[in-house]
Amino acid sequence: MVMAVTGIIMIGFVVGHVLGNLLVFRGPEKLNSYAAFLRGTGGALWLARLVLLASVIMHVVAAVQLTRLQRKARPIGYDRQEPQVSTLAARTIRWGGLLIFFFVILHILHFTTGTLHPTFNHTDVYANMISAFRVPWIAALYVVAMAALGLHLYHGMWSSVRTLGMNRASRDPLKRRAAALLAAVVWLGFTIIPVAILAGFPS
Amino acid sequence: MNLTLRVWRQSAPDARGSIVNYEANDISPDMSFLEMLDVVNERLTERGEIPIAFDHDCREGICGSCGVMINGAAHGPMRGTATCQLHMRSFTDGDTITVEPWRARAFPVIKDLCVDRSAFDRIIAAGGYVSANTGGARDANEILIPKENVDTAMDAAACIGCGACVAACPNASASLFTAAKITHLGLLPQGQPERYRRALRMVTRMDLESFGGCTLFGECQDACPKEISIDTIARMNRDYLKAVMIAKAEPDSTTA
Ligand code: FES
Repeated sequence: MVMAVTGIIMIGFVVGHVLGNLLVFRGPEKLNSYAAFLRGTGGALWLARLVLLASVIMHVVAAVQLTRLQRKARPIGYDRQEPQVSTLAARTIRWGGLLIFFFVILHILHFTTGTLHPTFNHTDVYANMISAFRVPWIAALYVVAMAALGLHLYHGMWSSVRTLGMNRASRDPLKRRAAALLAAVVWLGFTIIPVAILAGFPS
Repeated sequence: MNLTLRVWRQSAPDARGSIVNYEANDISPDMSFLEMLDVVNERLTERGEIPIAFDHDCREGICGSCGVMINGAAHGPMRGTATCQLHMRSFTDGDTITVEPWRARAFPVIKDLCVDRSAFDRIIAAGGYVSANTGGARDANEILIPKENVDTAMDAAACIGCGACVAACPNASASLFTAAKITHLGLLPQGQPERYRRALRMVTRMDLESFGGCTLFGECQDACPKEISIDTIARMNRDYLKAVMIAKAEPDSTTA
């Protein structure tokens, strides 16, 4: 349940994040003034960061607990076990989560603190983005990480709703249209930016 | 048809087990999986070897005794059937079939393919009942229940407690079993008075047994011989969450 609640909080953030990022396509003024607005909220920004940090910690703790429970619950494995219906997303939720975790650390050092960014300018998010994603391997890293995020959300969103018992009964309970849509929007939204910039945007 | 079986043999709960190969020749495709094992066992007995131990009783998919992992799938390749209802025509001549017991810490192996499922009994004992003074038989349809509730409760009540959900779950979680019972009783008027107490107690018991946690892989629903829906798990979680809140608000209502 902790997993689901903190997951949903972070999904909320990710959706906001992707929408904000897409402002890049409306030019430097829009994106930079949005960034300035966020920074201008001062206390609220830090509050949000604190909530997110707490969510990450609790999410990870819950993941570690569940993984340990799993190991303990089946000390002798099967000689042969064939997954029948579970999705790739469900089966990679832990490794994907780990990947995303390290990515987020890198990403903060890259675009928030600028530590890893050679030409970082606090007030010019637009230029930071463009110069970073002109480097092919950085763009590639982001694309891969976002694929992992998309998969993670695809299972995470769907299962969180069920963990909290908020879904309506369905004829085909394994269907997950809403989660698929959300995961696709987030994945596409985040992926299109490095890809477009690498491809030469803005021309 | 001629088959090769790879069967888990373990002589006692704490003995070391291993996979042993057996040739199963001249098997009729019309036999059930358990009848095939009977034939193999007869031949083993004739040769003076110890037959393969496996659980079974009704052999028509209603008691929940049978159940083994067949080629990595709980109750084998057919959907919505127990091992006893699986026929050898689902296999082809020359196949190698791996047969293993349910694997979970909460289901320790007793012998060969038999496991101890009393963890399920303890979950039921924790709250899987309706306390009522029954008296004489009541008339049918005396209590009106919405059709939708009847259907959902009936579908959940189909659970035979075989343990395939635990066996198939990558987490070895007992959520589908517990959720089926909570759904079945919690939807009927007779189950209402104890509804939240029941959810709280059964889930607490489930967590005390050494099952894993549910991460909604969905494998249980596919393995279930009664095709019970994972929607029941969401219903269990909903009732459980409410129960926790009620327990916080009025500590006595759940311990009474
Ligand atoms: S033997 Fe009764 S369900 Fe299979």
